Amino acid sequence: MNGEFRTCPDTGFKIHLPADRLIKWNAVTSVVFLLVGGLFGLGVALTRWPEVHLLPAEWFYLALTAHGLDALLVWIIFFEIALLYFASAVLLNSRLAGPKFAWLGYWLMLIGAAITNVAVLRGDSSVMFTSYVPMKAAPDFYLGIILFAVGALIGCFVFFATLYVAKKERTYEGSVPLVTFGALTAAIIAVFTIGAGAVILVPTLFWSMDYIASIDSVMYKVIWWGMGHSSQQINVAAHISCWYAIAAILFGAKPLSEKVSRTAFFLYILFLQLASAHHLLVEPGLSSEYKIFNTSYALYLAVLGSMIHGLTVPGAVEAAQRKKGFNKGLFEWLAKAPWGNPVFSGFAISVVSFGFLGGISGVMMGTEQLNLITHNTMYVPGHFHATVVTGTTLAFMALAYWLVPTLWQKELVLPGLAKWQPYLFGIGMSLAALFQMGAGTLGAPRRHWDMTFADATLGFDFPAGVYLMMGLNGVAAVIGSLGAAIFILNMVGTLLFGKPKVPAPAAPAPEEPVAAGPVSSYGSAGTMAVPGTFVLAMIFLTAFVLYYFVNWNYLASVWGLS
Amino acid sequence: MAEQAPGAEEPVPMMQQLLDSPFLLLLIGVALPTVLYIIWGVMEVVAIPVAQ
Amino acid sequence: MAIFPPAERVWWKEPVERSEVIWVTLALVWALIMFFMMPYWHFAGEQNLSNEAYKITPDAYAEKVEAEVEKYTVREEGDTGIPVVRPPAGGDAYQLGRLWEWYPIIELVKGQSYRFHLSSLDWQHGWSLLPENINIQVHPGYEMVFTVTPNRVGEYAVVCNEFCGIGHHTMVGKIYVVEK
Repeated sequence: MNGEFRTCPDTGFKIHLPADRLIKWNAVTSVVFLLVGGLFGLGVALTRWPEVHLLPAEWFYLALTAHGLDALLVWIIFFEIALLYFASAVLLNSRLAGPKFAWLGYWLMLIGAAITNVAVLRGDSSVMFTSYVPMKAAPDFYLGIILFAVGALIGCFVFFATLYVAKKERTYEGSVPLVTFGALTAAIIAVFTIGAGAVILVPTLFWSMDYIASIDSVMYKVIWWGMGHSSQQINVAAHISCWYAIAAILFGAKPLSEKVSRTAFFLYILFLQLASAHHLLVEPGLSSEYKIFNTSYALYLAVLGSMIHGLTVPGAVEAAQRKKGFNKGLFEWLAKAPWGNPVFSGFAISVVSFGFLGGISGVMMGTEQLNLITHNTMYVPGHFHATVVTGTTLAFMALAYWLVPTLWQKELVLPGLAKWQPYLFGIGMSLAALFQMGAGTLGAPRRHWDMTFADATLGFDFPAGVYLMMGLNGVAAVIGSLGAAIFILNMVGTLLFGKPKVPAPAAPAPEEPVAAGPVSSYGSAGTMAVPGTFVLAMIFLTAFVLYYFVNWNYLASVWGLS
Repeated sequence: MAEQAPGAEEPVPMMQQLLDSPFLLLLIGVALPTVLYIIWGVMEVVAIPVAQ
Repeated sequence: MAIFPPAERVWWKEPVERSEVIWVTLALVWALIMFFMMPYWHFAGEQNLSNEAYKITPDAYAEKVEAEVEKYTVREEGDTGIPVVRPPAGGDAYQLGRLWEWYPIIELVKGQSYRFHLSSLDWQHGWSLLPENINIQVHPGYEMVFTVTPNRVGEYAVVCNEFCGIGHHTMVGKIYVVEK
């Protein structure tokens, strides 16, 4: 049995070799799809840059469909499966339950992703990521997604089985680590996500094969978004786990309070998935009671969870830094943080951009009435590029800068470029998100090939600001793509040509080295106050309140509706 | 239970026990949105009246 | 550390630091304010989308629109002769979306209220009133009815902002708002 394990020279974790291989393969595959999805995304951004207008209409809609699938679904879910195996088998020092099933899941995901990509590239399935009925794609488009989802579901069950095995074989004492608990939250949301997907996509597959006459379009949308939005909530839970992990790895930071952070994740388990109703606020026939209750994640209790993480993640870093003596003023702990380390800079930009840009905009536009002035405008992609790209993707990149050298025991091939990468990618994509939101506020439509309406019978002249914003969005997206390219180059180069790494403890904790094992003390009794983080949190809350009411003011100026 | 003999293990509070039970959390996390979001939503769509 | 199990066997009873307690309280208060803004706006606000909707076949809806066009057309516009319809103030106005047009053009009077009907004859469309920036999703098989009260005179465009195939970006309609 022991022959199946190796000990990580950096962390002291006992790593189950089959888990090791699965984590590596899932991570590598995810990066390949990031490349594919990113290239399509660049094509989309360059087409919507009015002065460039790169792709012809057919190719634009094809690229947009592929970009959504590969960047929003395939890259992220493959990386998340790697994270689930890491957070269960590695962090719990356990064997991975059923590696054969895990491989089956991997292959199903890979084959499914390939089938759907081929269907899209063929040109007969440019139905967008959302594939709203009654617009019909080829059957293999849906089949591929279903296979991918089944594979991911198997991955989730392997995770749950590993939790069970680890507990039974007593590979750890007491409760699971907070990062594992966050991963558990992600896995629970994933099970609901995939269940909802199966309920709607299986009949849709049969409909595309003409075995079913019709699918109700509102019904489709209700259930599809149970998958479509919840899949993004998996990301939130997963990347917040990454944040906690990075704070622990870089600073030896312990959570300010296990109770508070876990309760925040518990609020996610209970309510986060209700936000699927964000997509139904201007649909026919649903009651306001249904809309208000669901779109608010039940009285915004899941937003409360996010705001808690927003304090406790940087708070944990601040507490750890203050213990090391960075105690001067409010922000010495932050100024003296390792800004040249991509693990940290990626983490920091991810926290700020996700909170300020993604979080605030998401709550605003998910408000029942405010959705009227944002639905299907460029504001929507603006919001989710802040959440999924600068939030999730950047957090995953940051963790990868630690995970890849550690798992493979290789040095990064381009450490100099890696220092700049999170800034290029994070700031480039944050700006892209901001410009998209700006264009959306002025009414620019999303998923639209030609805002000049050159070959339309009737037209509309968008204000010059819209064209400016979409141009700047193009520039920002090019900068972001450069950042993504450096990341992919660095990762692939490291795997292929990286020199063997000198083992170094990755997480010098304030009191004791990480390798000493699970002995660090816990709880806020031993933690220090975090005044700097509290000030940052108050700045966040102020921005949130102001922006929220600015938009109510905007809404109050438009035509009366009742 | 409130009076603990010296040396006896402190009981784990109920909320912690809940948060330590992955399968119970899985059940809750799937059941709640299924009822509140999906079933409620589907019922609303079904209840939309037919036009005159 | 967050990557190791908690050191304390019972962590639920550990005290929570004060700034965390204050933050959680503030965040909860803010969450409740945001929640109650939505029902509050139903009473105090002017912009609430009605949830009135009916199931209808595309053919039946097209008939309703044609009846309106026959009765209330005041002129025709554009190379293709799109009818401009002026429904009675306070009455019903019908518009439909289909590949790739919004039909017909509607002329409304400022300050008057209309029961506005929307549906699609084929795929989903996005009814985006510009530069007002009011956005409503239009489904085939469902007729939505909501009351609009235009508050500014002008020429408005209805741009489709739900992808509806290769001609999607040419799908533009019009609504006029005029003084009495």
